[in-house]
Amino acid sequence: MATQIIGSTVKRREDPRLITGAGKYTDNIVLPRMTFMAILRSPHAHARIKKIDASRAQKHPGVLAVYTGEDLKKGGVNPIPVGFVLPDMKTAQHHPLAIDEVHYVGDGMAAVVATDRYTAKDALDLIDVEYETLPVVVDGEKATHAGAPQLHPEAPDNVAYYWKVGAGDADKALTEADGVIKQRIINQRLIPTAMEPRVAIADYQPATGDLTLYTTTQNPHLIRLLMALVLGQPEHKLRVVSQDVGGGFGSKIYLYADEVIACFAAKQLARPVKWTEERTENYKATIHGRDHITDAEVGYKKDGTITALKVKTWANQGAYLSNFAPLIPTFFYGPMLQGVYQISNFFVEVWGTYTNTTPVDAYRGAGRPEAAYLIERAVDWVAFELKMDPAEVRRKNMIPPFTSAPYQTSMVYAYDSGNYPATLEKALKNAGYADLRKKQAELRKQGKYMGIGISTYVEITGAAPAQVAASIGAGVALVESALVRVHPTGKVVVYTGSHAHGQGHETTFAQIVADQLGLSVDDVEIVHGDTERTPWGAGTYGSRSQPVGGAAVYVATQRVIEKGKKFATHMLEAAEADVVFEGGKYFVKGTPSKAITFQEVALEAYTAKKVPADVESGLEAISFFNPSNFTFPNGAHIAVVMVDPDTGKVDLTRYICVDDVGKVINPMIVEGQIHGGIVQGLAQALWEGAVYDDDGQLLSGSMMDYALPIASNLPSFETSRTETPSPVNPLGAKGAGEAGTIGSTPAVANAVMDALKPFGVRHIDMPLTSEKVWRAMQKK
Amino acid sequence: MFPAKFEYYAPTTVNQAVALLKKHRDAKVLAGGHSLLPTMKLRLAQPPVLVDIGKVKGLAGIKVAKGGATIGALTTHATIAASKDLRKQCPAITEAAALIGDMQVRNRGTIGGSLSHADPAADYPAVMIALGAEMKAVGPKGARTINASHFFKSLMTTALKPSEVLTEVRLPPHQPNSGCAYVKFPNPASRFAVAGVCAWIALDAKGRCAKASIGITGACATATRASKTEAALRGKELNEETIAAAAAQAADGLDCLSDIHASAEYRAHLVTVLTARAIQQAVARAK
Amino acid sequence: MAQLKLTVNGVIYEADIDPRLLLVHYLRDTLGLTGTNVGCDTSQCGACTVLVDGLAVKSCTMLALQASGSKITTIEGLKQDGVYHPLQQAFWDNHGLQCGYCTSGMIMTAVDFLKHNPHPTEAEIRHAIEGNICRCTGYHNIVKAIKAAATQMADNRPLQRPQGQV
Repeated sequence: MATQIIGSTVKRREDPRLITGAGKYTDNIVLPRMTFMAILRSPHAHARIKKIDASRAQKHPGVLAVYTGEDLKKGGVNPIPVGFVLPDMKTAQHHPLAIDEVHYVGDGMAAVVATDRYTAKDALDLIDVEYETLPVVVDGEKATHAGAPQLHPEAPDNVAYYWKVGAGDADKALTEADGVIKQRIINQRLIPTAMEPRVAIADYQPATGDLTLYTTTQNPHLIRLLMALVLGQPEHKLRVVSQDVGGGFGSKIYLYADEVIACFAAKQLARPVKWTEERTENYKATIHGRDHITDAEVGYKKDGTITALKVKTWANQGAYLSNFAPLIPTFFYGPMLQGVYQISNFFVEVWGTYTNTTPVDAYRGAGRPEAAYLIERAVDWVAFELKMDPAEVRRKNMIPPFTSAPYQTSMVYAYDSGNYPATLEKALKNAGYADLRKKQAELRKQGKYMGIGISTYVEITGAAPAQVAASIGAGVALVESALVRVHPTGKVVVYTGSHAHGQGHETTFAQIVADQLGLSVDDVEIVHGDTERTPWGAGTYGSRSQPVGGAAVYVATQRVIEKGKKFATHMLEAAEADVVFEGGKYFVKGTPSKAITFQEVALEAYTAKKVPADVESGLEAISFFNPSNFTFPNGAHIAVVMVDPDTGKVDLTRYICVDDVGKVINPMIVEGQIHGGIVQGLAQALWEGAVYDDDGQLLSGSMMDYALPIASNLPSFETSRTETPSPVNPLGAKGAGEAGTIGSTPAVANAVMDALKPFGVRHIDMPLTSEKVWRAMQKK
Repeated sequence: MFPAKFEYYAPTTVNQAVALLKKHRDAKVLAGGHSLLPTMKLRLAQPPVLVDIGKVKGLAGIKVAKGGATIGALTTHATIAASKDLRKQCPAITEAAALIGDMQVRNRGTIGGSLSHADPAADYPAVMIALGAEMKAVGPKGARTINASHFFKSLMTTALKPSEVLTEVRLPPHQPNSGCAYVKFPNPASRFAVAGVCAWIALDAKGRCAKASIGITGACATATRASKTEAALRGKELNEETIAAAAAQAADGLDCLSDIHASAEYRAHLVTVLTARAIQQAVARAK
Repeated sequence: MAQLKLTVNGVIYEADIDPRLLLVHYLRDTLGLTGTNVGCDTSQCGACTVLVDGLAVKSCTMLALQASGSKITTIEGLKQDGVYHPLQQAFWDNHGLQCGYCTSGMIMTAVDFLKHNPHPTEAEIRHAIEGNICRCTGYHNIVKAIKAAATQMADNRPLQRPQGQV
């Protein structure tokens, strides 16, 4: 191969527009006669709506319309469906605007459309609502208790679903264990906080019946499908466009009520309707993540071998089931509790519950951070009880290297490839682990508390083998497509169903094509984010873009090469079997000096000067890639912290990680994904947490009260990689978007607990705020 | 994100501003806007009239002289943080200014605006109290001076009358063998003080504590003084033990706030820790 | 309504505006300068940072009228004679952005910062961008980019492309 573009750092092609303020974010779009929408949201967590009187608002100058839930219902708007269905699941009706009852603070009740943003906002204050407040429950476990307030008549005891998975005999193994640790452990609720709030602009053309929705989504095709179902708008008359999107982290996967209302209003008014979320609105109206309460039992032998894990988890799903919600605490959580360890006995039960809170769905990592946090804490609990080095307990239980055949885990999945001991040993070496332990001992003598935390995680990405996904409840096939179109001059446009919102697909997908076709990256254009231009794709989340979307690009490019061979065969006057393609040139095997270029072949494809009539003109190919298995990125992360014994403040001083995300297309971009992931994960360990009071008011309702990570609280990171290529896609890629997040939460939590070891502290729950840490130190 | 409607006036003199305030009783004064506008954007405040004093001449600037320092109300936090003269005479105030919000907030936010807003978690009040600063207020009846000890009345409330404008902050002259310091424990989200302590310590000829003045912010609904600690320090040899013993009383009698960021108990504890740290630093500077 | 007169990226504008119009909305909605973004309601995120008379300011926490008579520079005004500002170039070279939403504000803050501190340490850079929240990069490459730009600006020599880049 002349070119080695795959695996090289190529500067991002999306950056010139983004560093000059020329990004195409949805809120930047201005359409003629555009109107502005604002949503009136419930100030109560649970209430009956006795009356909505919008007459004052309707008379306000500049107001074009006010809509309520009844208006939408009369207009034929359906409830928002759930895209992942478990057996016996109780799905509550989720109307885009509440009808009769509101179920969380932020539940939409009415929409105002006006001539400008300020007026729309003013008019909200003029809508009079009479409520009858109802009892509230915000805790995912308490919601199931007898006598708890009931949210939806269709879901008794607020249970949306009960789900279980297991292996071996957990009860027996716990009875036979040398020791059993019982621990309640909470994975707190998080607010995704993509820097760009959500925006939707609906534009309807009555003459043609065409509806265009410009929206901040990670997956335009899914939105089009769901919107068609909810709105009754024919799918071929519905276009969803999502250009530059300012981060998603899962929060922009779903069909939200606001987009539906904007579309409805645009059809009613025959004018474009823009809705731009405010941040304080975003904290209530956009999904939250995590929120598990878990009772865990861990059985172990004296030598550190972990024999059993029994888990009861209450997964708080909020007031309604969001599109993917039921998948996250079940198939993306339960089976992943095995981690990188050889454990044979499991019993995992999950109750997905309704509460008077913002709906919870996939947030960066989605299920796997919850699983990794639990198992990685559990390993440290065993080390704590046995007074063993946590690295040693990991070595003791770790799955041995498996690089040629998949590893069948105890529950559900077969890990694709991995060498877990190698990542751990490399991370320990990079950290200078032995020296760190020495330094820690010295510092302790001086009354200084350093902590060293390790996490060795594995996660599941690359969703999904379509038939497997369908069998476990997915509403759509999570395949990805790519259309690779070669123009007569040999320039290439790739149309992908994947969507980039920071991941750099315009660069990495182009690298895949350029590498194979022997072109420059600049000869390849990537088109995404528009259902009218791109073929189906389930979108970008779950670190699936390279292993599924990138693989589709690869396969389609291979098909282009094959098609090109048909032209080349005639141009070279050879037998097709003898023609090879290397370094951007076709030639007869053994005679590279008489090669023809890819560009010459492309021209022939559209001019047909040398090929006979039975060779179909044109040079393009499409692929719908359906992977044979999920992929399983993994790694070892080590955090070093200092804890101030006077205040309990935790300072992260070093962070070392080794990740195996399979084959890498662009190391610079992968490293960037890891950096960002690390910070999102460690912020859960140290700072972030959504807090509701008992009345269901979100106390952490803005950036004033929800502590996001800032630069001055962080060090630079020491990243490196190992590489075991995935056998399930031709790129060997596993996905890198969430790895950092999944590895870092337990690494940092373990580090803090390690620092607190002299105080006899085995576990405290996240976020590990100064106060919590200080309190733990007082108990000695 | 969208303030409610208001009438807007931009006077160019203090007297014009005062006249406007007298005429419009519900008016609010707008300086840098970094305390007021955030509350207006969330519609927590909806003043019908804004009197923007940003164009009033002569309200910005720092003068450091033998008789003390004066800081104009429109002086930004960034200007205060960068003032070498001020740092020499009174490092606590430049320290406090440098820890407010972030760089952009410091570039726009003003000392007058911050003090008038009287957010319980603002940084300056602790410094004002510890240093015995005086606030110059101009109203329809002319100017008056309010001592910091009487300025902060309660949550978001000062001794300023509705028609008065805070025009200047005066710091007393630097005393020989004295030092001051401001130490803060920031809220990780808002950067406001969960607790902040300013200590001013004067030493006698023998190096003992001649006088101590300690201001506390963030911990309670309004900034306050650590009187017991001040008394405990007076006349004492200052070493780790005496400082710790005195600082341990800093939160005695305080009615500390409790919220999602810190319980009252933890705030009280932080006050003692920060007081010890502030005293140590102030003593080091006094020497 | 009230009279506004100001200069944005070297162009003088006059308008009659509702006094409550925030500077960021004036820039975005009235002038169409959409490079300046809005990321929060509470003056935390810094996505809306612009230079007002050379100082980095959060344009969401300022009435447009307060900028009357001022000279504003937005991200659109940073490129000079078709050449990227060293900070723009360094953000690109060092992968200092992912989704790009915080980038305008981050760069504008850094422009002001480097004027006052041309030779910053890593800790000083991290302190300087406390008012700019990035959710994608973990700040690692942003810090690296600002450091690289500082070096380049101080030496006034062309940026070195990081090793290993094609």
